[in-house]
Amino acid sequence: MSTFNLPDVGEGLTEAEIVSWKVAPGDIVAVNQVFVEIETAKSLVELPSPFAGTVAELHAAEGETLEVGQPLLTVDEAGAQPAEDLEDPAPPAQRPMPEDPAAQSWLGEVTERSLDDEGEEYDAATDSPSAASATRGGGAPAGTASARTESADATAGNEVEQVGPLVGSGPRADPVKRRTRLNRPRPSGNVLGSRMGERMDAARAAVSRVAAPRTQRGAGSQPAAPAASQSTGSAAAQGSTGVVPAGQNRTAGLLGRVLAKPPVRKIAKELGIDLAKVPASGGHGEITREDLMSYQAQREAEQAAAPAFWSAKQGMDDRIERQPVKGVRKATANAMVKSAFSAPHVSIFVDVDATRTMEFVQRLKKSKDFEGIKVSPLVILAKAVIWAAARNPNVNASWVETEKGAEIQVKHFMNLGIAAATPRGLLVPNIKDAQDLSLKELAVALNDLAATARAGRTAPADMQGGTMTVTNIGALGIDTGTPIINPGEVAIVAFGTIRQKPWVVSGEVIPRWITTLGGSFDHRVVDGDLSARFMADVAAIMEEPALLLD
Amino acid sequence: MANTGSPSPAETGGTAVAEDSSAPLIQLLDPDGRLRDDPVFSAYAQDVDAEMLRGFYRDIALTRRFDAEATALQRQGALALWVPCRGQEAAQIGSGRATRPTDYIFPTYREHGVALTRGVDFAEMLRIFRGVSNGGWDPRENRFHMYTMVLAAQVPHATGYAMGVAQDQSDWTAEQRERDGEAVVAYFGDGASSEGDIHESMVFAASFDAPVVFFCQNNQWAISVPFEVQSKVPLAERAAGYGFPGVRVDGNDIVACLAVTRWALERARRGEGPALIEAVTYRMSAHTTADDPTKYRTSDQEQSWVHRDPMTRLEKHLRDTGQIDDAFLAQVERDADALAADLRSKAFSFPDPSLEDSFNNVYAESHPLIREESEWFRQYESGFADHQTGGNR
Repeated sequence: MSTFNLPDVGEGLTEAEIVSWKVAPGDIVAVNQVFVEIETAKSLVELPSPFAGTVAELHAAEGETLEVGQPLLTVDEAGAQPAEDLEDPAPPAQRPMPEDPAAQSWLGEVTERSLDDEGEEYDAATDSPSAASATRGGGAPAGTASARTESADATAGNEVEQVGPLVGSGPRADPVKRRTRLNRPRPSGNVLGSRMGERMDAARAAVSRVAAPRTQRGAGSQPAAPAASQSTGSAAAQGSTGVVPAGQNRTAGLLGRVLAKPPVRKIAKELGIDLAKVPASGGHGEITREDLMSYQAQREAEQAAAPAFWSAKQGMDDRIERQPVKGVRKATANAMVKSAFSAPHVSIFVDVDATRTMEFVQRLKKSKDFEGIKVSPLVILAKAVIWAAARNPNVNASWVETEKGAEIQVKHFMNLGIAAATPRGLLVPNIKDAQDLSLKELAVALNDLAATARAGRTAPADMQGGTMTVTNIGALGIDTGTPIINPGEVAIVAFGTIRQKPWVVSGEVIPRWITTLGGSFDHRVVDGDLSARFMADVAAIMEEPALLLD
Repeated sequence: MANTGSPSPAETGGTAVAEDSSAPLIQLLDPDGRLRDDPVFSAYAQDVDAEMLRGFYRDIALTRRFDAEATALQRQGALALWVPCRGQEAAQIGSGRATRPTDYIFPTYREHGVALTRGVDFAEMLRIFRGVSNGGWDPRENRFHMYTMVLAAQVPHATGYAMGVAQDQSDWTAEQRERDGEAVVAYFGDGASSEGDIHESMVFAASFDAPVVFFCQNNQWAISVPFEVQSKVPLAERAAGYGFPGVRVDGNDIVACLAVTRWALERARRGEGPALIEAVTYRMSAHTTADDPTKYRTSDQEQSWVHRDPMTRLEKHLRDTGQIDDAFLAQVERDADALAADLRSKAFSFPDPSLEDSFNNVYAESHPLIREESEWFRQYESGFADHQTGGNR
């Protein structure tokens, strides 16, 4: 018995309706004899039999719709020509209807009848297959049409069954069969080691197994992809921040792509540069050729400088370099001494799950409103600090010595200072009246501030009148620290690096994006209670930025 | 004149252009099987004798049987797609038999008849349509390029190749060229003629006198778009605009197709540049097995081409002149049957390709990235319970 399954006779068809059977159980069919007419989404089609033998079963009634791949016809090939005689052109003994060439529509083409005139032929066809399809044009000499399929009828049905018809290219047929996985977590070994990261746990393995081939291609030659947010943030916020192995959980997949065009990737590969470490300046957060070149120039300068630093023993006098203290260096030193020895510092820290902030930043990047604007988690932190200060006003204040004694001046405005490493040294320009800025305006202001500072063009006025400061030490890959308060202010917030860490959520350890917030406060103004509430408020926003809508 | 042998409007009945055109239609064997004279092109068919004509008949019959068997195999699920060529055999075989083994052919995806003349194994040709090969045959062996599925894309290739040939042979003597010179044939259809690639190819071919013959089978239908929509004039007339000759030939007349192609190839070989041949024929079947022509053309039109069938025309001529008998026809039939049986057995036993091969064929030499990816894939595959079957899709 050989069963013929409904093939995809078009390109990507999924089903067909049985229009009319040209054979009945018990009939004898030859190879390529038309046995059924079906209608697909595209056309009426006559199907030729791939088997010779006796019709055993028709698997569907006329008018019924079958899916591609379902059984259509079963033929009993017993007694049919054996397979080894395939090449023998002599007609087999029980050659069906050899005298009736018209019965064998060996063309099996799309029927040339229109839908309108099919009726009359159907009736005739049911009784006598000879009327079914004389598609060959007139003028054929006697003999040419006869026995047209004689040698072809004997295809070994088993062979057909083993290989199976080439069905399943349609949209529905493919997912049916799922191959069984052996009980092993993933392809192991060094092949994936460097690329996929060794830290994948079993839970992620299932996801990454599916995603792996694509991730691999998508990441090209770059082994480790950083959080895209960091590569698109301000230059100071980039570099070594949060380099994570690619292909971890979904969040990582979302954030973990370095954008760069193939030629840039190629150059990076040739230079041995990890693109994850290169600050991106492209319009869509991608690393440009210029970014790569400037990174390379910087790296070369550093590498060239390093070995020359240590000097030999001879010429003892030259072994100590004397740098004059002036300008920004001098101002910074004075300010720090003044602050450290006049304001009693208290520092507190809090670990925060910033996963939602990371996701929020991703969404902002993709939003039309923020097109062309660099968005980084620092924007959210700035917003959080402003929000928290309004709830805890005394952190946004000054300790002022007057002739009548000291007083605390609480500022009902926020000039938010951002500590910035510039070519001139440490500067703390501030964003004036930051409390009035929308998220988008704040992002723009931060970018402008950073760009101006990096270019060394920060004006003195930009640095005056600050009310509170944020220092983004995470940009340097540092978790936290005890910052010194900018003189004239009473609070400073240190924003640590954001990296994936094991985190307990609902009793389960899962990877989350974690950061540490640090804060130093002038204890003359801010007590432990206030500082703690302020930091908890900032942390709350980083955990759930949606609270900003409140 | 040349059009003395062309069919009357009543006979053609098919397309507006075929009826109304002033462009002469070269014909050496009319639909009734009578030989015609042409002042120019008869000379190129002087050697056509009974033996040759019988060979042509056999070529057509085998091609037609191949085409029918492949269509049936598609309907039986053994091929993903088939592109029928029924009705166009004379244009294909006539032009194909005009080429020399040293010439290079750039086919579309429908040139099964040309493939036969180049000695390509029919069974091998099924592989690309089964989806188990990207080509199926070695184009260098028969100098028959791989089928090009992208419409018209092979024509710029052909022109560029021909420009290369011209450069290679630039220091040859005229005699040498005549004897050993290589020429190129670019096949395309009326649908492809509307593509920009064709225009660019013809501009370059003319500018560089490239030894290329543009052989267009105008089968009247670009899938469902009739020829009248494609062009207001016979395609052959377009050649004048590029500055080389264009000839309109009865594409169902195998003798005329042979003669005209020989003429064009000889010019090309002599360094006289390209020529355009428009072979007026008819696609008697569907565009592909995924197409239903009853949706866009009438059976009246189809019927009007039946009596111009290239096979019946040749058969009539051979019978009327007593050059074939029933025994000959029966032998051809048996040969066709054997061919079909062979195809059928091979079509079901092509090995499935291995994905490993895909890795192996990315670069000519071993490549570290590909090696790594291949190794990854090998490990991935071995993670399945049925991995021993490996490599299947």
